[in-house]
Amino acid sequence: MPTPGETGTEAWPLWEVFVRANRGLSHVHAGSLHAPDEAMALRNARDLYTRRSEGVSIWVVPAAAITTSDPDAKGAFFESPAGKNYRHAVYYTRAEGVKHL
Amino acid sequence: MVTTTAELAEDEDGRARFDALIAADQRIEPRDWMPDKYRRTLVRQISQHAHSEIIGMQPEANWITRAPSLKRKAILMAKVQDEAGHGLYLYAAAQTLGISREEMTAQLIEGRARYSSIFNYHTPTWADMGAIGWLVDGAAICNQVPLCRASYGPYGRAMVRICKEESFHQRQGFEILYELSHGTPEQKQMAQDAVDRWYWPSLMMFGPSDDASPNSAQSMAWNIKRFSNDELRQRFVGMCVPQFEALGLECPDKDLRYDEETGTWITGEIDWDEFAAVLDGRGPANAARLRHRREAHDDGAWVREAAAEYARKQHDSERVAV
Ligand SMILES: [Fe+2]
Ligand SMILES: [Fe+2]
Repeated sequence: MPTPGETGTEAWPLWEVFVRANRGLSHVHAGSLHAPDEAMALRNARDLYTRRSEGVSIWVVPAAAITTSDPDAKGAFFESPAGKNYRHAVYYTRAEGVKHL
Repeated sequence: MVTTTAELAEDEDGRARFDALIAADQRIEPRDWMPDKYRRTLVRQISQHAHSEIIGMQPEANWITRAPSLKRKAILMAKVQDEAGHGLYLYAAAQTLGISREEMTAQLIEGRARYSSIFNYHTPTWADMGAIGWLVDGAAICNQVPLCRASYGPYGRAMVRICKEESFHQRQGFEILYELSHGTPEQKQMAQDAVDRWYWPSLMMFGPSDDASPNSAQSMAWNIKRFSNDELRQRFVGMCVPQFEALGLECPDKDLRYDEETGTWITGEIDWDEFAAVLDGRGPANAARLRHRREAHDDGAWVREAAAEYARKQHDSERVAV
């Protein structure tokens, strides 16, 4: 299944852009762009997504290399959380009033 | 086209899911099923919006080389560069709906696509840079803030990014006018003339009045549009009133009045014939704007070809090396 925007009719491939806002933070998806190669994709990403010092590092990833879960598989892929609230800390109440727990 | 029973069932499923998402005010994402008309409406609206950002660079680029100081020149370049970025965010959003950049560019330069009529006016003086920033970007912000919540995810996300950048555009325009209106009498007159030129066309940016805007209802039902054209226009006018005062300039609308009962501003008569004419290609600068865009596209062809060819060669030589 093609990534949205990645169609055969585009002259240049689609790249997804991830920007790290500061040291110590993850790269976060910022948007996408079209570019002929990775060097141009990086330069364009810098000009397009970091004009106000929004980042200290950029990843560009060819959209064609990204594998996505199928949104039409409605719920089948993601396990139902129903009845599994024991995966959350708030499920456990005996510790109420006890410190540092 | 023959539709099989299976396809039909899938459409019904998809439609039910689409309707439920819209009813819950949730976002539609590119791979979700969506009605054809929803897709076409969005492609038209987003690509027109992108074209407006791109064409919108021209009236201001006109003054980059003649800005009154190095600081103003740097500011104007930054703003025009932002508008290029806005165009690119929006083209990318439209591309997720299946239309290619080439097709959109072709629609624009062949005169098959529309863009905001406001950019078909000339910018004869430096004060026009102030009036554009204050009024045109101001009106655009009014239109765009509600679009951040548009039901189509990529469009809303592009608008969030754009809105963050727009407030600087409006403020720098206001500041240009402020400096002029507090300068010599000649400078103040220049500011007033520019505001007189841009005020009415800015009000037209919100589109025809509600009773003459047949597609609005459907766009509102789809949560693409959140407020009617007239509502947004009134909101904008209300914000401008105290700003005129702060600038010490006069509002060209002599019939403007506040309606105590409804709590809204009622504008004087808007010249919708002028709006129709400019939209129809008969504005002062329509031909020049398109010609310039076409030439820029043609002149850049060799750069695009060279970049693609270089990428191909790099790719091939990597293959040989492995
Ligand atoms: Fe913009
Ligand atoms: Fe702007």
